[in-house]
Amino acid sequence: MAQTLQRTPLYDRHVALGARMVPFAGWEMPVQYEGVIQEHRAVRTDAGVFDVSHMGELEVEGPRAHELLQSLLSNDLDRIEPGQAQYTLLTNERGGIIDDLIAYRLGEFRYLLVVNASNREADFSWIKEREISGSDVRDLSGECGLLAVQGPNAIEKLGLPPAPPFTFADAEIDGVEAMVNRTGYTGEDGCEIMCDAEDVGALWDAVIARGVAPCGLGARDTLRLEVCYPLHGNDISPETDPISAGLGWACALGKEFTGVDVIRAVKEHGPERKLVPFVMEERAIPRQGMAIDGGGEVTSGSHSPMLDIGIGMGYVPSTMTEPGTDLTIDVRGKPRAARIVKKPIYHREG
Amino acid sequence: MAAAETYPDDLKYHPEHDWARIEGDEAVLGVTWFAVDALGELVHFEPPQPGAAVTKDSSYGEVESVKAVSDLIAPLSGEVIDVNQQVVDAPETVNEDPYGAGWLIRIRLTDPSEVDALLDLAAYKQVLAEQ
Repeated sequence: MAQTLQRTPLYDRHVALGARMVPFAGWEMPVQYEGVIQEHRAVRTDAGVFDVSHMGELEVEGPRAHELLQSLLSNDLDRIEPGQAQYTLLTNERGGIIDDLIAYRLGEFRYLLVVNASNREADFSWIKEREISGSDVRDLSGECGLLAVQGPNAIEKLGLPPAPPFTFADAEIDGVEAMVNRTGYTGEDGCEIMCDAEDVGALWDAVIARGVAPCGLGARDTLRLEVCYPLHGNDISPETDPISAGLGWACALGKEFTGVDVIRAVKEHGPERKLVPFVMEERAIPRQGMAIDGGGEVTSGSHSPMLDIGIGMGYVPSTMTEPGTDLTIDVRGKPRAARIVKKPIYHREG
Repeated sequence: MAAAETYPDDLKYHPEHDWARIEGDEAVLGVTWFAVDALGELVHFEPPQPGAAVTKDSSYGEVESVKAVSDLIAPLSGEVIDVNQQVVDAPETVNEDPYGAGWLIRIRLTDPSEVDALLDLAAYKQVLAEQ
């Protein structure tokens, strides 16, 4: 089926910077500018900026917005106050993960949900169909620009004050009014900056002028994999439950939300399989879909630019999930040795 | 540092973006700048074993970037007599010098007449123009 790819307001800037543009979740996005490895290292050692304007923004507002979201999202919104954000899951009746997202508490009665581009429509319909009187759901995705500025020097380069993780505040960056969220998908310090779609070009230019390296989706994927952040569609899906995926920490099992009974039962009986991180013990790069001996499957795999070895995550039977366990992965017909490690696969001291 | 786009005129080319440097009854094989650029920085080279037979137009190994895997297509048939260990240890050598230090394997030709079917530089550039 031929499909027209959407473009973010920064498309022309990406092309002018020499980016290689690829289709991603219905969008034409930069996978790399100079090179994945170089961009990855820029984020680990300095600062990099990603255009993530393709991501979805859903606003839920009204006196019963909190009640609605408490019944649909796995984490407990009572734990956050206006100005704070929370990683959470949108779950289905089977306890599967429709999406993982960050909920920003904008006010007592107003939330912003930043969701994966590929799931924006499914998320919006799911929530819209369950709207209750006193809660209004709107898809603001077309009106928002979003940049992720990540790396040990990101906050300093942007001239922003220090702030705790998962908080947000309004700020002006070189004349652009924005909301600065202390969140990210790389395991590094940094922020995600949201502004009006029409201002995101000026914001991008300002960030680049401050000496931040443009980075593409290629580096975004290797960065998140090194720190074992799941990617929806790879590591988690509507068919996988949070307990098996190691996301029990994002589920408030003491409250009622969609599928909570199923998730409680998995927690009580123990999952049949679990998502584990692993590193290759010999030269080979694991890839999504490769079989792991003993009844497992690789869900994400790549080359670690920091460790210079193949790394990945995959589901394995619960009997073989201990760090140190040897795995054998079928790399296009060749058995290759790997070893389960603790999360994260990469950490700065390591 | 990635190499600039070049295609030496003393090489023979295969439309799958492989090159061969003919040296008597042996040939050194590698991939062209175009292939390397399309893949990005190489992070893995899966070579054939010395002594293995490679067959013209068939895969003899793989190279991988962070994002992709690509089969290496043999431009000629022969027996593997050497593998470039430098590329096994440091695959980015291919990005830096695809026609020199980034060669992949050396073979002894089993049918030197196959060389006649390979592309010269002008013909390969025609292939590139159609990409």
